[in-house]
Amino acid sequence: MSLKEQPALTASDISCWFHLPQSWLDRTVLGKPSRMVKAVDGISFQIPRGTTFSIVGESGCGKSTVARMVVGLQAPTRGTFDFAAGRGRKGRLRTQMIFQDPFASLNPRWRVGDIIAEPIRELGLCDGAKETERRMHGLLDTVGLGSRDAGRYPHEFSGGQRQRISIARALAAEPEFLVCDEPTSALDVSVQAQILNLLADLQSDLGLTYLFISHNLSAVRHVSDRVAVMYLGRIVEEAPVEEIFDHPRHPYTKFLLSSVPNLLHPDRDRVPVAVDLPSPINPPPGCTYNPRCPLASDLCKMTAPDSSYLGATTIRCHRAAEARLS
Amino acid sequence: MTIAPVHISPHAPAHSAGAVLDIRKLVVEFPTRRGILTAIRGIDLTIGRGEILGVVGESGAGKSLTGTAVIGLLESSGRVAEGEIHVCGRRIDNLPRREMQKLRGRTIGAIFQDPLTSLNPLLTVGDQLTETMRVHLPLSRAQAADRAIKLLQEVGIPSPELRITQYPHQFSGGMRQRVVIALALCAEPELVIADEPTTALDVSIQAQITALLKRVCRDRGTAMMLITHDMGVIAETADRVAVMYAGRIVEIGPVASIIRAPRHPYTKGLIGSIPSLTDRRERLVQIDGAMPRLNAMPSGCAFHPRCRYANEQCRNDRPPLLPAGTSEAACWHLDREEVSHVA
Ligand SMILES: Nc1ncnc2c1ncn2[C@@H]1O[C@H](COP(=O)(O)OP(=O)(O)OP(=O)(O)O)[C@@H](O)[C@H]1O
Ligand SMILES: Nc1ncnc2c1ncn2[C@@H]1O[C@H](COP(=O)(O)OP(=O)(O)O)[C@@H](O)[C@H]1O
Ligand code: SF4
Ligand code: SF4
Ligand SMILES: [Mg+2]
Ligand SMILES: [Mg+2]
Repeated sequence: MSLKEQPALTASDISCWFHLPQSWLDRTVLGKPSRMVKAVDGISFQIPRGTTFSIVGESGCGKSTVARMVVGLQAPTRGTFDFAAGRGRKGRLRTQMIFQDPFASLNPRWRVGDIIAEPIRELGLCDGAKETERRMHGLLDTVGLGSRDAGRYPHEFSGGQRQRISIARALAAEPEFLVCDEPTSALDVSVQAQILNLLADLQSDLGLTYLFISHNLSAVRHVSDRVAVMYLGRIVEEAPVEEIFDHPRHPYTKFLLSSVPNLLHPDRDRVPVAVDLPSPINPPPGCTYNPRCPLASDLCKMTAPDSSYLGATTIRCHRAAEARLS
Repeated sequence: MTIAPVHISPHAPAHSAGAVLDIRKLVVEFPTRRGILTAIRGIDLTIGRGEILGVVGESGAGKSLTGTAVIGLLESSGRVAEGEIHVCGRRIDNLPRREMQKLRGRTIGAIFQDPLTSLNPLLTVGDQLTETMRVHLPLSRAQAADRAIKLLQEVGIPSPELRITQYPHQFSGGMRQRVVIALALCAEPELVIADEPTTALDVSIQAQITALLKRVCRDRGTAMMLITHDMGVIAETADRVAVMYAGRIVEIGPVASIIRAPRHPYTKGLIGSIPSLTDRRERLVQIDGAMPRLNAMPSGCAFHPRCRYANEQCRNDRPPLLPAGTSEAACWHLDREEVSHVA
């Protein structure tokens, strides 16, 4: 495999388990075994260079945990991430992350100019103060802010502008791989459009690879090349974006898509299925989706399904073969 | 002039007895040391029985303030400076605080984005429901408890007889929001103000909550102001939509017209900026710039710095809200081909 064809990232059988904090009584007197949350439980995927791979799923399914592991903020319990060779640490691709809450992730006491210049100085990417300054102003321009904004503080900006500042800071490190965890969830649709257009421009100009995390399915459809659907720490379906949206196979993917209101063809008489989001603390045995699944059989309640392949789709469902027909 | 098509103008019932909510020329101000900030700059709207009016617009447009003015919960630094608010034919913007308190919960219910702010963490869900009901309705404790169980059932909470003994933290986010809805509805209000009721929720839970709100309005004839920036929710739920920009309504009309044939350049931008679930466009429509700050309100049409059709007239004079198809829109150039072109 040539260097160019090597995927930007190969994730192999990644798990991340957390011990739940126990009360002193349970631990020492009653001697109860500690409980585990399997936030991520054995997921594998590949992201080709210059493409966008998205993860979708309901709150608590493990999306942010995957993001944090990819950028090294969280160590996997098991499994490996193989990055392509690049300009980052240990000769791997240089990776940066954009967070959901653009305010929490910016230091309120620093001027915007310093926030953006910091990674440039840290990594020694520019020679001297003048050069650093010029690069910083260039980055402000790239994300659609003005040179004057360098002297202002984060609280003087709107949510969308703050997200631009965090994108500029992430770009300052000259990343080759960008992890975006819900980059537009806190923003208005108009600002979301500005940010999504900006991310698309950066990808075509700089050849960036994205891991994009969102529960907004229409944003995911817009930006992705491949999409993984997660449920309780596992990827239940993974496929090219058109396959996921036009031919969803897994009962959970079908359910998710049917829950999103369609702007031009709204279903005003919708009778939604009542669901409660599952907890990863006590997942049901067998296929963890079985309590919500209209197709669940006895087998589903006992054994967890393995991955199977339908064309370009990877799916974990005992009834995958039937899904081909629908 | 051609004869206008038959439609119920959003202002036709304005001063008739039929409207549950009738807002007339509402102005909300925040006096500060450096001058008066006018956040709501003259709003007229009505909501009829069983009707859901969606209110949309970017953050800072004044959606929440309009709602809080109606429920009489403006922060003490703010005030209704001009205009009137009528609910079921009664003027409420000048009521004494105690009178307003009685109205809240009884005649007007409120649902906010974060269910935890509306629930008391120290009381069981059942106690909160029964206490609220007994403040407003002549019910015995047993009758109220009975109704609480029915209400929880109605909002889709399984095993309500067990659930009423539990505390809010024992509920999931979606279930908490359903409890808030039950609380807002328990005294059978005529009007419900729902401010971003589903924004923090997953799509699956969101679908349940919006279906529930719709059912309540249809079955009980409750009027609802549904504030959200999620156009998908609006498309499935609202009957009419008001689009707000910089403290004013810039377009108002039936939901299908607003979404499929928006007239105002701002509405068009908003709709165009939403990625589609069914087909992929190369680029999203982008409205450059941002909502103006209250202390730097542009002259004329407040949208002019961001509008590509803006000309001299737009910069100098404020456009009034005038009929445009089945809607009303505030824009000088609706009759210009490129402006009125339906995308
Ligand atoms: N440090 C931790 N200790 C214990 N449990 C954790 C920890 N971090 C995450 N979890 C649990 O792991 C699961 C996955 O969390 P994660 O933040 O990845 O969810 P998510 O898919 O990003 O959800 P959301 O859409 O709400 O952001 C959750 O049940 C969460 O409570
Ligand atoms: N207590 C306050 N003091 C000063 N300005 C306020 C206050 N509350 C709201 N505003 C301003 O009023 C405008 C409308 O706010 P809001 O109704 O919350 O907007 P929306 O709900 O549409 O996002 C904003 O410019 C906001 O900053
Ligand atoms: S394995 Fe069974 S329960 Fe799980 S998604 Fe497939 S059919 Fe449903
Ligand atoms: S009045 Fe002028 S500036 Fe305002 S929306 Fe219409 S064309 Fe644009
Ligand atoms: Mg997350
Ligand atoms: Mg608001």
